Amino acid sequence: MTISTPQPPVDGVDLEAQALAAEGTAIADRRGEPWYLRLPVISHLRRSVGLQRGMLITGLVLVAGLLLTALLAPLLAPYSWAATSADGSSFGTQQPPGTPGHLLGTTVSGFDVLSRVIWGTRTAVAVMVCAVLASIVIGVLLGLVSGYAGGWLDRILVMIADAVYAFPSLLLAIVMSIVISQGQSSMWGGILAAAISITVVFVPQYFRVIRAEVVRLKAEPFVEAAKVVGTGHMRIMGTHLLRNATRTLPLIFTLNASEAILTLAALGFLGFGIEPTMAAEWGYDLNRAMADATSGIWWTGLFPGLAIVLAVLGVTLVGESINDLNDPRLRTRRRRRRTTAASGPGTAEAATKETQS
Amino acid sequence: MTPAPSTSTPETAGAPDHGRSGAGVPTPAPAAAAPKARRGLGGLGRYILVRFALIIPTVLILMTVVFFLMRVTGDPITAAQGGRLTPEELAARRAAAGYDRPLIVQYLEYLGNVLRGDFGTTYTDHTPVVRILLTYGAATAELVVYAVIVALALGIPLGMIAARRRDRWPDAVLRISAILAYATPVFFVGLLLKLIFSVALGWLPVAGRISNRGELAMGQILNPSPFYLLDAIRLGSPELIADALSHAILPALALGLLTGGIFLRLVRTNLIGTLEMPYVDSARSRGVREGRLATRHALRPALIPIITVMGMQIAMMLGGAVLTETTFEWKGLGYMLAQYMQARDYVAVQGIVMMLAVIVAVSNFVVDVIAALIDPRVRY
Repeated sequence: MTISTPQPPVDGVDLEAQALAAEGTAIADRRGEPWYLRLPVISHLRRSVGLQRGMLITGLVLVAGLLLTALLAPLLAPYSWAATSADGSSFGTQQPPGTPGHLLGTTVSGFDVLSRVIWGTRTAVAVMVCAVLASIVIGVLLGLVSGYAGGWLDRILVMIADAVYAFPSLLLAIVMSIVISQGQSSMWGGILAAAISITVVFVPQYFRVIRAEVVRLKAEPFVEAAKVVGTGHMRIMGTHLLRNATRTLPLIFTLNASEAILTLAALGFLGFGIEPTMAAEWGYDLNRAMADATSGIWWTGLFPGLAIVLAVLGVTLVGESINDLNDPRLRTRRRRRRTTAASGPGTAEAATKETQS
Repeated sequence: MTPAPSTSTPETAGAPDHGRSGAGVPTPAPAAAAPKARRGLGGLGRYILVRFALIIPTVLILMTVVFFLMRVTGDPITAAQGGRLTPEELAARRAAAGYDRPLIVQYLEYLGNVLRGDFGTTYTDHTPVVRILLTYGAATAELVVYAVIVALALGIPLGMIAARRRDRWPDAVLRISAILAYATPVFFVGLLLKLIFSVALGWLPVAGRISNRGELAMGQILNPSPFYLLDAIRLGSPELIADALSHAILPALALGLLTGGIFLRLVRTNLIGTLEMPYVDSARSRGVREGRLATRHALRPALIPIITVMGMQIAMMLGGAVLTETTFEWKGLGYMLAQYMQARDYVAVQGIVMMLAVIVAVSNFVVDVIAALIDPRVRY
C-alpha cells in the first residue's frame, strides 16, 4: 500500500495500484499453503466472509445439485421424458401436483412434469459444457493468433468480433440454429445446435480478453528473450503467451455457463429447441405452459421455470462471488465510518471475521 | 437517459444542443454538428464523424455474416416448402426467385437492394419487410421505452440504497434480488406475473396491447399513429388510456426487471467507487451530509458508465423484447419474428434481424456520442 501515485480526480488508477499491491501480498502469503488450498474455488472460499461466503456456498451447493441431478437422472426420474403412460395405463392429462405417482402433476400432453424437469438438467448441462468448451477453444485460439500476428488479420478479426459482440446474442443464436438444424432436431443434434449457436455468441468475448492480454504480453521482455534465443512462433504462442493470458478465463467461464442455460431456454421457448420426444428441455416446456396459464394450470410452467432459475442462480452466484473476491474494491470489508448513526451490528461481526492477510 | 443533458452542461459548453439533436434524429446530427464542433469543441466533431463512419463496417459485416450463414445450408424456398413440393417444382420456383444463381451474385444484389432500403419481401404473406418494421416497430419501441423507465426507476434508487448500506441487510437483499432478476428468464417472469396478476387476482389483462373494444374505439381516429397510448391521449378518453396502460404494465415490468437488476448492480459498484474518491472525502470533511454526498457529489460520475452500458443494454433489450412480446402476444417486431420463424419464412427472419442490427448499431452510436458529450476522456 506504500505506492503513492498522483491521484487523478476521477480515474481509478490509484485504486488499481492499491489493488495490485494487495493482491501481490495476498499471493506471497499464500505460497506456504498446501496446493489444494490454493485451487481457485477453494482459495476463494477461504478468503470469503459474511454474505459473500454465503453466496458462494449457496452457489456451489446449487451447482453440485445441478450436476448430480444431471448425472443421476435415470435413477431420480420416475419416468422417461417422453413417457405418457407406464405399465400400460396412461398418466392422464393435466393432473394437478400431488396426484399419486405424479408429484408435480402432468402436462396437457400427458407428460410427467417431475420427470421432464429432472431429465431437463441433462440437456442443460450438456449444452452448457459443450458451448463453454467450444467457445474457449475457438476464442483462445483466435485471440492468441490475432494478438500475436497483428497486422491486417488482427484488424479484420477484431472488427468481426466487435460487430458480433454488439449484436443481440439471442438473434444471432436464432440465426445459427436455423443454419444448423433448420429449426427441428434430435437430442444430440439439438444439443449441438444450441451449443454451437451459443458458441458463436461467446467466442468474441474470449477473443477480446485473450487478444488484449496477448498484445500486452507480447511486449514483455520474456517474449523478446524467447525470440532472441530462436524459439519458434508456435512455441511462443503455445507456452509463453497462452499460460500467461488465460488467468482471467474462469470468471468469463462461469458467467457464460449461466448465459448458455438462458439462451438454450430462450431458443426452446421460441420453438427452436429440441423436439419433446427427443429430450426434455425446460424452455420448450415453458413455451407449452404459456397457453395453460390462462386456464389456471400453473404447475406445467412453474416447475421447469424454477429449474432454470435455480440452475442459472447457482452458476451465477459462483461466478459473481469469484469476481467480487478477485476485485479488492468489491471484497467485503470494514467501512471507515465513524459519524454515521446507522451502523448496524452486522458489519462489526463481519469486520472481526475479516481475515485479509 | 434523463441525466444526459444536465450532466453535460458544466463540462462542455454548448454541447447539450448536439446531444439533443443526436439523440432525436441520429442521421443528420453529425453533419450539422461537425463544422461548429471543429471551431468550438476541438475533437468532438471529429469523434462523432469517425464514430458514425464506424457504423458502416459493423452493419456490413453483420449483413455478410448473416447472409452467407443463412444461404450455406439452403435457400428460403427449400426451407419453407421442402418435402411439400416435387423436386422439379422446387427447382422451378428456385429459378424463378433467382436462388439458383451463384451466391456472390445474389449477395451483391442483396446489398444493392438494402442500400435502396429494400430488405426483401416475406415469403409467406408477400409483405415488404420494411413495412413490417414500420407497422410493428413502433410497438416494440413503445415496449422498450416503458421497460427502460421501469429499469431506471428501479435500478438507480435501489442501487444508491445498496451502495450506501453496503454490506448490511438492505444491500444483501438488493444484491440477491438483482442476481435473481438476472437468473430468471424474461418469459418465466412473464408467466409468473400473468399467473399472479391476471389469472389469480384478475387485475390486469393476460395479453395483447389493447382490448377488442379499445381497438374498435381506436379505429375511429382519423390518422392513427402506431402508438396506442398516444392515440388514446389524443382521443382524450381516460377509459382508453387506462386500457392501453393496463395492457402495458406486465410486459414493461417483465422486461424492465431484467435491465433494472443490471442497472442496480452498476450503480452500486460505481457509487461505492466514487464514494471513496478523495473529493467526496473532502466534501464530507466540510460537513456535507451523507445523503447529499451520495445524491449530489458521488452519483453523477457513477452514472457515466451506465450510459455507456445502456448501448449494450439496447441490444440485450431487443433480444428480451422478442421473448417478452411472444409471452404477452404484444404485436411488435419480436412477436412477428417468432411467428415467421415458426412459419419457416427465412426471408422475413433475415430481414427483421438485419433491421434490428441497424437499429442496434445506430443506437450504440447515439449512446457513444452522449457518453462523449458527458465525459471528455471518451473522445479520440
